[in-house]
Parts: sequence; structure tokens; C-alpha cells
Amino acid sequence: MSIQDSVQQHDVILRMNDIVKDFSGVKALDGVSISVRRGEVHAICGENGAGKSTLMKVLSGVYPTGSFGGSIEFEGHEVAFRGINDSEHEGIVIIHQELALSPYLSIAENIFLGNELSTRGVIDWNKTNREAALLLARVGLDENPATKILELGVGKQQLVEIAKALSKRVKLLILDEPTAALNDEDSAHLLSLIDHLRMQGITCIIISHKLKEIKRIADTVTVIRDGKTIETIPMDGPDATEAHIIRAMVGRDLNSLFPPRDSNIGEEVLRVEDWTVYHPVDTSRLVVDGASFTVRAGEIVGFAGLMGAGRTELAMSIFGRSYGTNISGRIFKNGVEIQNRTVDEAIHNGFAYATEDRKKYGLNLIGDIQVNVSAAALGKLAKGGVVDSHREYKVADSYREKMNIKAPSVASITGKLSGGNQQKVVLSKWIFAGPDVLILDEPTRGIDVGAKYEIYGIINELAAQGKAVVVISSELPELLGLADRIYAISEGKLTGEVSRENASQETLMQYMTAGKD
Amino acid sequence: MSTTTPTITPPVPSKRRIPKLSINFRQYGILAALAVIVILFQIMTNGRLLLPGNVNNLIQQNAYVLILAIGMVIVIIAGHIDLSVGSVVAMVGAVAAISMNSWGFPWWAAVLLSLVVGAVVGAWQGFWVAYVGIPAFIVTLAGMLIFRGLTLVLLTGGTISGLPAEFTAIGAGWLPAWFGEVAGRDVLTLVLGILTVVVLLAQGLRSRATLRKLDLPREPMVSFWIKNGIAAIAILAFTWLLSDYSGTPIILIILAVLILLYTFLLNRSVFGRHVYAMGGNLFAAVMSGVKTKRVNFLIFVNMGILAGLAGVVSTARAGGAVASAGQNYELDAIAAVFIGGAAVQGGVGTVVGAVIGGLVMGVLNMGLSILSVDAAWQMAIKGFVLLLAVAFDIFNKRRAGGR
Repeated sequence: MSIQDSVQQHDVILRMNDIVKDFSGVKALDGVSISVRRGEVHAICGENGAGKSTLMKVLSGVYPTGSFGGSIEFEGHEVAFRGINDSEHEGIVIIHQELALSPYLSIAENIFLGNELSTRGVIDWNKTNREAALLLARVGLDENPATKILELGVGKQQLVEIAKALSKRVKLLILDEPTAALNDEDSAHLLSLIDHLRMQGITCIIISHKLKEIKRIADTVTVIRDGKTIETIPMDGPDATEAHIIRAMVGRDLNSLFPPRDSNIGEEVLRVEDWTVYHPVDTSRLVVDGASFTVRAGEIVGFAGLMGAGRTELAMSIFGRSYGTNISGRIFKNGVEIQNRTVDEAIHNGFAYATEDRKKYGLNLIGDIQVNVSAAALGKLAKGGVVDSHREYKVADSYREKMNIKAPSVASITGKLSGGNQQKVVLSKWIFAGPDVLILDEPTRGIDVGAKYEIYGIINELAAQGKAVVVISSELPELLGLADRIYAISEGKLTGEVSRENASQETLMQYMTAGKD
Repeated sequence: MSTTTPTITPPVPSKRRIPKLSINFRQYGILAALAVIVILFQIMTNGRLLLPGNVNNLIQQNAYVLILAIGMVIVIIAGHIDLSVGSVVAMVGAVAAISMNSWGFPWWAAVLLSLVVGAVVGAWQGFWVAYVGIPAFIVTLAGMLIFRGLTLVLLTGGTISGLPAEFTAIGAGWLPAWFGEVAGRDVLTLVLGILTVVVLLAQGLRSRATLRKLDLPREPMVSFWIKNGIAAIAILAFTWLLSDYSGTPIILIILAVLILLYTFLLNRSVFGRHVYAMGGNLFAAVMSGVKTKRVNFLIFVNMGILAGLAGVVSTARAGGAVASAGQNYELDAIAAVFIGGAAVQGGVGTVVGAVIGGLVMGVLNMGLSILSVDAAWQMAIKGFVLLLAVAFDIFNKRRAGGR
């Protein structure tokens, strides 16, 4: 090791010491310490609610100095940020999970929003677009700077956010779950971009649940649990195994990622034939193209596809035509042809669909658990249009107990629950509706490892009760661990069907990319 | 300290935990604000605010706002707004007056016609909002102009007055003194007051008993008695004052029925729960099988019927139909709903809150009038109160929300 190397090894850009932050008595952070070396990619992982996002808000000045305990040293001197402007001034930029771009403005306008290139109050558009183009080249985004944000996909929007950060001469870039909403392709691109930034000397903190990703990109991992630093693991060391990190995150061993299950498969429950759906706005565009599939009682059927392949569109159009136009095809349930013209009709036909985006489509976030659990089957609790609120309470409370929803009572507001608990509320809602066919779209997205395991258990339990279960997921290991049979979908077509025994990530990926150049 | 202090654990009653009921501070906050305003004006007016005649007028003068506010709170919970109700009130008033004076309708048929006209107007607006998908703000802004225009067309002959006494009694009359008077006080009013208190307590105790039987969480006994005790005293004092004037206003009975009916509708019916679900998250409601178009349509039909009723009441109270009737009523109703704790984004609000909000505005109006504050200043002060109420609400939420 040369002298220069060892200097670099010890060049710490950021040190947060013993950070304590409490919200009206509840300690969100209870003495977290972390130190980040210059030029490294430092991953922070932990279960939801462990305090990762709070820590980053402390660092970026969202929580101003004085509202928390402990100290922050950046570039060798102690800093006290009163707001996000102060931290950006020092070169710390945070990119939040929910992207903060203005959809109707152009890429260039967004990059320089609040930081406009102007002379005496007049914007220099030529300079703005030129600089933006240079920044886009740096992040590898081949788009015209004048393109409006709403014309870009999530993956590209993320790149614009990073370009925006680069425009602020960022020294420390914080990415909060950057790949949560991205497909594999975009994720891969993003990760190689982070590699690239590291070579340019930009330090990155990346918050992530995805251990594969962390192994691929991070130099160091700090695990946080219950507001405390548990462990800092160098990724080139002997402890850098998935099992070790998971154990640190959840505080116990997970024997396996999936609970054991004996499948007991019965008669065919659902058969869909030649299902075709067109895009609701661009009505000439085929979104689902002649899909035919079956699901049997007690069977878990997986749907694998890249983002935009038409998985969600297929599910939503079957569930009461809640997506698409010019829908054609036939649905059979227990051998009898049925119609799902509205969501209400689909529910009456024994269908349930837990949506991909549970905050937007799944929950009334200002409502309590009780209201959300009963939402899809109020009729079951009502007589003559009047809801029996006592029975409603009992039903909701029984699900709270059964599903292990961590909340003091069913009067807790769902918006304040963690992702895993919110998903359990969504599942309770659909299980209470008493369906025969359950379609679960990305059931574990944004959920931590411990809660994932519980949700897998619930899905297995549903299959054991003889329900026909469809699981849509972009995480192939999840499908391989859960499903009896997996369909691959690509560009709206079902391109393959594999049984669990014959399935592997490689074969699935081959089917999922079939038909693509 | 090396040893941990032993904590005294109270004897555990059983494994069942009864979660504490969260108290709706917002609701009590607005009730407290009403009490403070009443006491303040009572002092400032040297006791004139709560003279029996003024208490009576408070009800009769504000009945229209309260009726509109009940419909408006449902509209606002669902995430819409209705700007047309003032014009609808005027148009319905004109139709009612014409039907009685020109077509010879009996008073009850005129009332029925008014409600039907209101329903038709509501169905018209509901159609555009629910089935065509035009924002309610636009549809009802158009309605505000359309129905005001139609009112002017209907009343080209000028004001229509000289309405039947049975009709005007709806807005300005009292229940007859069936039980006579004792010491100048209407006995019927006192009996009604006592009856209300008895029913209130009986109902409260009964539902507590049911909750106990079903082993469900219930509020502590102390808070139950304090709350109901205060309510009982307020009701008795209120009816005591009314009995000293002309007895029970007919409109008070109508209001009481509406409040009970709509509280029940919003809290207990599937329809009401769907309204809250749609206001809380429209997409989630759609994906849970709520027939959102139909619910939206019904919300506006209902608002139309209540606007029709408000038209009857205000025309009856005024004793005639004028083209300028109902001016700014929509703003009064909307203000009442927001003072009463509804959220601008929808999903939150109660009938009782809206009614209390309406009363806050009413007491302000009356108190300021007694103090002979200039009408221009009255308007400005009401504006400030609306702003403060909503600011207080947001401040409260921020403090409670923490992060």
C-alpha cells in the first residue's frame, strides 16, 4: 500500500457523532454514529422505521441544527445547518425517494430551478441549455434539454435529479432508495453511473433495501436498527455476506428468506383467454396482446416482466377494466364465463387486486385501520345500507391481531404506519372481501426483510386455504421462492410459462426480454 | 446506579387491552370557540346577546346557513365545492312564490315543488361533475350564473310577496302552545327540552352498555358524564330562553331532524362511508369497488334538495321572493364548513362541526349587530375569523403530526 493510498483510506469527509433525535418522546435516532470516507460509496441499510431517512434529514438540514443532539463534521470542520440551503451550499445534496421535479418544465429548467443562470435577473437560455446538455452527457442521458419532464420515465427522471445535483457542485450525494421505482435495466444504468461518479471523486451515501445492489456498488455498509448504529461492515472484508447483513438488520437469523410451504393444488379456478388491451390514451397502442393463462385453486402463479411489459395493465384490466380501452378476451371462473365490467362487479365475482402503489391506489391514508380494512366489503358489514360499526371494529381488530399489524389499535391512522404494516392493512382489506382469486401486484415493494417474510407467510396461507393467487413481481428471486408456476411477460405478450422446478433467473430473464432487440 | 429501581406494576385486570379513545380536539376546540364567543359578546353587549328574542332570531336567521352547511360538508368531504347554492336558493324561492301566487298551489305543494326543483338542479350539476368529469368548481360556478339568471327571468315582475301564512310559518313561525303557558313561558318548549335531554342520556347510556357487552373500547365514565352534563345544561338553558319568547321555532325542529339524519347518514351508512373514502383517497376508493360516479351524483342531488329546502326557509322568513335573495349564501355555507373543521383536500369533516361553524358565524353577526358595528367591518371581522379558524387547524395538525 502506497502512502497516498493510506492517506486516502483515512480521509474522512463526513462524521456524524452520536446523533439523537426524538419526536415528542419517541426516539427515532438514539445515538447513531457514522463516518464516511472521501470518494467511497457508503450504503446505509436497515428495516423500515430504523431511522435511515431521519438520519439523512438531520444531515441535509431538513431538521435544523438544535432540533437534534450530537454533532456533524463535514470536510474536517463542525457544521450547523439551519436548512437545506445551508447543506447544499457545503456540497451535500439529497435525492429523495419521491422525485421533486416539476413535470411541465423542461429538463434544463428543472436542473437549474432555484439556481438559474441569469444576468441581472434575466435568464440566459443559451447558457442554460448548453450547461444542461453537458450535465446530461455526464449522467449518460441522451435527451434534449428542452424536453419536458413528464415525457420521461422514472429512470430518466432520476438521472435528471442527479444532473441537478451535479450542477450544484456536489461533494456528497445522498440517494434515498434510488432504485425502488426502477426496472432492472434502469437500475443497472444508475448503479454504473454511481460507479462513474465515484471515479470522479464524488462521495455517495446510498440508502437501500436491496442487498444485491449493495453488494454490487458499496464500499462500506452501515447497518442501523431501532435508531442505533449496529455495525459498519467493509464490503471487501469477510463479513460482507448477505446473511450477515440481514442478521444485523433484523437482529436475528432468518433461516431462509421464504417460509416453507407444501403446495396442494386443486381444480382450475381462473382461466383467461386471448386477453387484449389497448392503451387508454394512445388507443392504437397494444398494451396486452392476446394473453391466455390459468390459475388453479391453492396455486401461486407468478408473473415476471420488466417494468412496462404490461403486467400491471393485464391485472388491472381484468380487475373491473380499471385500465385500458377496447378490452377483448374471455374470463372463466370455475369453468363459467364471467364479466368483470366494473371493479364492483369484479369484487362480487370473487376477485381481489392489491395494487402496486399502495399509497396512491391502495389506502385511504388519512383514514384509520378500521376504515381501510372494511373498505372493499362494507356491504358485508351493513344491513339496509347501515354499517354495523361494532362488528366492523371486531373484524378490523381481529385482522390486526392475525396479521400482526404493529399499531396500538385499529384507530391508528394508516398514513403513519410503516410500509410493511400498510401492506398488511391492504391484504386484510382484500382477505376480508373473501375473494377466490387474489392478484397481488408487487406485494413486497419497499418493505423490509422481516415484514417481507411475514407477507410471504400470509400469501402461502391464502394458497393453503385453496385460493388462486397471482403474484406480480419484478424481483425474480421472490417469484422463484413463492410461485408454483411462473409466466413471463414481455411487450404485452406472455412469452413463456415455467414450473418452479424448471425455473431459474436466467431462463426467466430470457423470456422476459424475448422480442426485444 | 447499579440496580434498577423496581417499577410498581398495577394489577393487570386481564389480557384484554382497551385502547384509549382519541378525543377529537378539533371538534371540541370549535365548540369551545363558540362558547368563548358567546360569553365574550354576552359581556360586551351587557347581556343583550342572550335575550330570549335574540336567541330565537339566532336560529331563525341562520337556519338557511345551517341547512346549506349540512349539504356543503358532504360536498367538501368528497373533495368538491358548490358555488351555486346561493343562486339555487333564490331560484327555488321564486318558483315557490310563483307557484303559490300565480298557479294557486297550496303551501305544501309549493314546498314539495321546491324540493323537486332543488333535486333537478342537483341532478343537472351532478351529471356534469360525476358522469362528464368537469370539476365541480367550474360546473357550480356556471350554475351560480345560470340559476341567478333564471331567477331574474322568473322575477321580471319584481318582488313577489303576500305568501300564505302556513308557508311563512316554516321560516318565521313557532309550534303552537299546545300545553299552554306557565308564568309566561311556553310549556311545550320546556317539555321538548327535557325530553331531548332524557333521550340524549338514555341513548348515550344504552350505547355504552352495548359497547360493554361487546367488549369494545369506550370513553371513560367521567368524560362521558362531563360531556353529557354540559350538553344537558346547554339544552335546558336554551329551551328555557326560547320558552320565554314565542316558543319553539318550527325551523328548529326541521334543523334537529336534519342534523340527526345526516350525522347518521355520514357515520353509519354505506353511502356516508363511501363519501369519506372518496375524499380520503379517490383512487383507492375506485380500486375498492366504490361506485364513485353514482356517489358523486347523489352528493349533488342531495345538495340540490337541501338548497331547495334552504330556499323555502329563507323565502318563508323573508315573506316573499326577491331576485337578490341568497346572495353570498354559498360563501357563508363554505365558511361554516371550514370553521367547523373540514379539510380543504377533502376526507375530513362532520355535520355537527359544520353546524357549530355556522353558529359561530351567526353569533358573530348578531353580536356585532347588537354592538352596531358597521356592516363593512362585520364582513372584515368574519373574514379574519375564518382565516384564524383554518390557521388554528393547520397549526394543530402540524404540532400533532410531528414529522
